[in-house]
Amino acid sequence: MPRGMSNDPIVRNALSIGVATGVYAVSFGVLSVAAGFSVVQTCVMSLVCFTGASQLTFASVIGAGGGVAGALPPALLLAGRNALYAFSLRGVLNGPVSKRALRAQVVVDETTAMAHAQPTLAAKRRAFDLTALCLFTAWNVGTLAGALAGRGLGSPRDYGLDAMFPAVFLALLAPQLRGPDAVRAAVLGALIAVALVTVTPAGVPIIASALGAVPVLLAARRGRRKAVHR
Amino acid sequence: MSWWPVIALCGSAYALKALGLVLGERLDREVSERWSLQIVVVPVLAALIVVQTFSTGQTLVLDARAPALVVAAVLVWRRTPFVLVAVAAAGTAALLRLVA
Repeated sequence: MPRGMSNDPIVRNALSIGVATGVYAVSFGVLSVAAGFSVVQTCVMSLVCFTGASQLTFASVIGAGGGVAGALPPALLLAGRNALYAFSLRGVLNGPVSKRALRAQVVVDETTAMAHAQPTLAAKRRAFDLTALCLFTAWNVGTLAGALAGRGLGSPRDYGLDAMFPAVFLALLAPQLRGPDAVRAAVLGALIAVALVTVTPAGVPIIASALGAVPVLLAARRGRRKAVHR
Repeated sequence: MSWWPVIALCGSAYALKALGLVLGERLDREVSERWSLQIVVVPVLAALIVVQTFSTGQTLVLDARAPALVVAAVLVWRRTPFVLVAVAAAGTAALLRLVA
C-alpha cells in the first residue's frame, strides 16, 4: 500500500471492515456447506445475495430442517433492513441507472454505516464505494475458502460450529439493544420462539417471533399520534 | 440441494435493496418510519439465538451450546471483535463435547 493511503481513515476503516468480514465469511462458507448447500451454491449466495445475516439465517434454518418455507421469511425480514438503508442513502447513491443498480447490490450494514459517518457528500460516496469494494472482495473470497474447507471437515458439531450461529447472532443483536423498547422486543421475541419450538415445524418460531415488535410499534404509533394532536 | 432456494433468496434480497433506493427517490419524508421498522429485526435475532441454542428439531435441549453462548455473551459485552466471539463460542462447545 502506498504511503499516505494508510493514513486515510476511510481507507483504514474500510480495510479493517474487510478483514473482519473475511473471517465471518469463512464461517458462513463452512456452515452453508454443512447445511447441505454445494460449494458453488454457497458462492453464488455470497455473490448475488450478499447480505450476511440473511444468508446465515437461511443456511441455519435449512440446516436445522426448516425447509425453504421456514427459512425464507426470517432471512427476508433481516434483508428488509437493507431496503431501509438504501432508503436512507438517497442523495448519496445517485447517478445513472446502471450505477445505481450496481450500488444497490452493496447496500448493507457496513457500507451504510461508513457512508453516514462521513461529514460531506463526496466523502460519503467515497466511503460507500471503498467499503463496498473491500467488503465484497472479502465476503466472497472468505466464503469460497470456508466452503472448500467445510467440505473436508466432517461433522460440524465436533468443531462446535452449531454453537457459532447463536454467538454470531448475539454479536449482531447486541448493538441494536439500545433502550428499553429494544430489550422488551428481544425478550418477547425469544419467549414466543421458545413457546412455539416444540409445537410448530422448524422455522415457524422464528417467523412468529417478529410479533415481539408489535407492542413497541403500537406504542410508537400512539406516541406519534399524540404528537400530531398537540 | 436444489437451486431454487438459492435463486429465491438472491432475487428477493436484491429486490429489497433496489426497492429502498427507488422509494428513497420518490418519497422524502417519513424518516421516523425507519426506526420503527428496524425494531422488527430485534425479536427475530433474539429468537434465532434461543432456538439455535436451546433446541434440536422440535425438542428443547440443554447442551454444550448453552455455555458457549454464555462465553459469547461475556465477550460481546466486553466488545471483543466479532471473529473472536464466533471462534470462542465454537471452541467452548467443541471442548466441552470432547471432555464429555
